[in-house]
Amino acid sequence: MGAFRNSSGGTLDRTQRIRFRFDGKQYSGFQGDTLASALLANGVRVVGRSFKYHRPRGVFGMGVEEPSAMVRLRTGARAEPNVRVTEVELFDGLEAHSQHCWPSVNFDLGAIANVMSPLLPAGFYYKTFMWPATKWMFYEHFIRKAAGLGSSATEPDPDNYSRSYEFCDVLIVGAGPAGLSAALSAASSGAKVMLVDETPDGGGRLRFDDEVINDGPADKWLNETLRELSKMPNFEFRFRTTAFGYYDQNMVVALERVSDHLPEPEPGQVRQRVLQIRAKQVVLASGSIERSIPFGYNDKPGVMLASAVRGYALKYAVACGRRAVVFTNNDSAYATVTALHSVGAQVVAVVDSRTQSPGKRALEQLGDAKLIQGSVVIKTKGLRSVQAVEIGQIADEGDSPKKSHTIRCDLVCVSGGWTPTIHLFSHAQGKLNFDDSISAFVPGADIPALHVVGSANGEFSLAACLRQGSDAGIESAKQAGYETTASVSIPTAPEESVGDMEPLWSVPRTGSRVKRFVDIQNDVTIDDIELAHTEGFVSVEHLKRYTTLGMGTDQGRTSNINGLANLARLRKAEVPEVGHTTFRPPYTPVSLGALAGVDFSEHLSPVRRTPLHQWHERNHAHLQNSGVWKRPAYYPRTGESVQDAILRETRHVREKVGITDVSSLGKIDVQGRDAAEFLERIYINRWKSLQIGRCRYGLMLREDGFVFDDGTSTRLSENEFYMTTTTANAGPVLEHMEIYAQTVWPELHVHLTSISDQWAGMALAGPFSRNVLNTVIGEQAASNENLPYMGVINARIADVPVLVFRVSFSGELGYEIHIPSRQAELVWETILAAGQEWEIAPYGLEAMTILRIEKGHVVAAELDGRTTAADLGFGRMMKPDGDYVGKRLAERSALTANGRKQLVGIKSIDSSPIPRGAQIIAEPSGGKPAQTFGQVTSACFSPHLNQEIGLALIKDGRLIYGKTMYAASPLTGREVPVEIVHHIFVDAEGERVRG
Amino acid sequence: MLLIPCPWCGKRAQTEFTYRGDATVERPDLADSDSQWYDYVYTRDNPRGEHTEWWHHTGGCRKWFKVRRNTWTHEVISSEPPVRD
Ligand SMILES: [Zn+2]
Repeated sequence: MGAFRNSSGGTLDRTQRIRFRFDGKQYSGFQGDTLASALLANGVRVVGRSFKYHRPRGVFGMGVEEPSAMVRLRTGARAEPNVRVTEVELFDGLEAHSQHCWPSVNFDLGAIANVMSPLLPAGFYYKTFMWPATKWMFYEHFIRKAAGLGSSATEPDPDNYSRSYEFCDVLIVGAGPAGLSAALSAASSGAKVMLVDETPDGGGRLRFDDEVINDGPADKWLNETLRELSKMPNFEFRFRTTAFGYYDQNMVVALERVSDHLPEPEPGQVRQRVLQIRAKQVVLASGSIERSIPFGYNDKPGVMLASAVRGYALKYAVACGRRAVVFTNNDSAYATVTALHSVGAQVVAVVDSRTQSPGKRALEQLGDAKLIQGSVVIKTKGLRSVQAVEIGQIADEGDSPKKSHTIRCDLVCVSGGWTPTIHLFSHAQGKLNFDDSISAFVPGADIPALHVVGSANGEFSLAACLRQGSDAGIESAKQAGYETTASVSIPTAPEESVGDMEPLWSVPRTGSRVKRFVDIQNDVTIDDIELAHTEGFVSVEHLKRYTTLGMGTDQGRTSNINGLANLARLRKAEVPEVGHTTFRPPYTPVSLGALAGVDFSEHLSPVRRTPLHQWHERNHAHLQNSGVWKRPAYYPRTGESVQDAILRETRHVREKVGITDVSSLGKIDVQGRDAAEFLERIYINRWKSLQIGRCRYGLMLREDGFVFDDGTSTRLSENEFYMTTTTANAGPVLEHMEIYAQTVWPELHVHLTSISDQWAGMALAGPFSRNVLNTVIGEQAASNENLPYMGVINARIADVPVLVFRVSFSGELGYEIHIPSRQAELVWETILAAGQEWEIAPYGLEAMTILRIEKGHVVAAELDGRTTAADLGFGRMMKPDGDYVGKRLAERSALTANGRKQLVGIKSIDSSPIPRGAQIIAEPSGGKPAQTFGQVTSACFSPHLNQEIGLALIKDGRLIYGKTMYAASPLTGREVPVEIVHHIFVDAEGERVRG
Repeated sequence: MLLIPCPWCGKRAQTEFTYRGDATVERPDLADSDSQWYDYVYTRDNPRGEHTEWWHHTGGCRKWFKVRRNTWTHEVISSEPPVRD
């Protein structure tokens, strides 16, 4: 095996060797490795190059905190950029590539930026490339090539993603000692408990720290606890699951990486799943993250977090170096000495910035390693990785440390203290306090139903973490309504005496060119912060944006606090005075695929199909989208052009008989003893006077006086009306009426039910339409006496009960037949069969549109929310007495004054088509700006008139019939002379529809 | 995402509802002044803090009701049916 791996130890399955490739070279690891541990075991130190200076970078951390070791994982369509190697579980055949380096990670031309770095201070891009603004696009091209993270796949993502909605009494975030202790207590109450953890197996620090719980080894307790919990039916684990956002009322959103640990998802398996977890109580046991110390060239491969070095040694049996120096300001890093010894590495010295002595346990862990107190690592030496460190004694406040000696080493294990992971608490708008004893922000005032425990709460002793977790488990279960009956035994750990940590926010400057890195992902140095401060950036939010501190994919988990504290030092202020930047979701990057879930492509929005949809498809209708509906546009015959088909269908209705599907119309059943009164107030016209078995055209306004919708409504009985709405407004009209029925006039007894889906509709139109109807419902029933214009009857067609309305949208004799949806196709086919003698033919939306323009019927194009009833020629429908929605504001002067745009018809004078949306101008403009008098709302070729016609809204249009104006379309450069005419081109007297 | 307490159905996810703003305004009578009508149709307060507002259980029982909610903290304080005469 690799030269840096011990032959025993760790929690690997050494029987399963796994092969993988990094930058094309073959390596191997074991089952249980991460890509990071496997690379380190193989002695791979340089994993990538930094963002700005292209300096070599290696593995720095061990998990989510990793700032620099990112790769492009997988290849082809599954390639994913910016993946932290510390979070990638090794699988057979894994392929990874280093990022932002060319031609190779060890020889990178971009590294010229490092030599040039004095020219690249903070804000360099802002200052240099801002002006002239037109050149920015040019600069940007090269900047993006030189700086920037990895590139994503360009092929469509082959994987599936899903979303699930979860509910529980207690949600615990983090399965470290505090979280597990909370889980044991909460679950013992019977409460439904869910525990999420971002790692594959939980355990937190117990996986790599040598600790004692309940007088035995901590890993024994860990395994027992996991086993015990897994047996409880009210408990659920979600591993490989990151809670990335906390939203109102305890909704936690998490990303479950279902199959990222496999080469590719199993058949039928999703890659990732977004969980929306609604929890009565949330316990936040999200732990803490070790922070770095900025010292000279602390970004080199070989400088690592002390906890990570410990973890690689104990969990993966990997020595991250052969000769190590530990650099710390607190006791926790001393455990790294024993961990390194266990994998055969040598620890040359522990450099402790404190003058006071560490605690008893730390001194035991030190063993025979040399302790250098009151000192710091000034800088590392070495070209591509650490080869030595310079040590110096801490001088007076702010002065440079004095170099004492140089130590040859290949590994620096650094610990600047620990930062509680309180992102989710911040998402919940929780206020943070600064705790001087640990020099970190911790949760402040309590938030209801949210409990923060363990090191996330600033509590670093294992005994206290276990205790806090257990207490929170009991308390959260209780608040969720579950009492813990059996006495819960709280897991115990030995109480340790620990030496106080002393903050060390940076090692003071020793030379003008020595870079001390704060944020090693974004290449932000102490000098950059000093420059930003000099230039007047005193707010942390401004500092962040100007220097890009903490703006990388790691969000500065190991570095933010160092940046803030250095700004505080420069401002001669305390850290809490300077404050902190705001944490916002997501905690870690979430793929767009996971957020989209199944809502893409044809699933992006629902599709509605009419009950006759299958018939349309079988009969080769060309279907078009009409809002969410699929509706037949026309039914082309063999060899027929689109235009020919549409014109044939239109002529067929005028000359013979046609049938079309109008099922998408909104239909509302209005019932109750005040139903007529209610409609009287919803529509502008009268309804109480409508006889049973008759229908009427109705127009409704919004409360601001403009037209909202129109449709035909029928009085089926004294207290029941069958209302129809336009297709697009089916939902909004019902909601509008519910507002008035329930909140404005609750005293009216009226009940509203949508029956749009229950009833299909078809329009039968043309001179022979009554002949067809005769054969299906009988001559007597279909006679003009029994079913006059605007009459409605009950009938049976193919033994199906139907409603037949004598209405027309086309200006021809016509009927609408409404049928229970399930029988729609039977009735439709029965009518088609009966109509064969009369050459009945189906027609689509295109022909219907031409027919309605010829008849001057308004649709959404004219009901555009800016037209009044009077504008559309319906002024006389407005009843003068009584209240109705929109009445009062329809009477305001601006809506009744002369000079408003009115609905008129237009005819093309030179036979050229009238451009839709064209503006109406008085004289040909030659393309120059001209005053507009209105606009074309609808236009078509009318086969009936053999002319190009249209509808338009034109200023005082009804006063200028016969006048010539011009329909100007600057988009197409066309100006068509048009004659202003009445908007009804066909059957203006209504003789056909009444005949 | 908020949980909205429908007086008829209980707490449900916000996505089932439609929001309609201030529930304290009342529709004037026809005889009332122009300014009262303009206020009713166009003018709304935008308070930072507690607010009584209309919600519609569009994807549920289709009832309109009033919710007392803090627009700053997002706390939902109470809900009640529209007042009946
Ligand atoms: Zn409801």
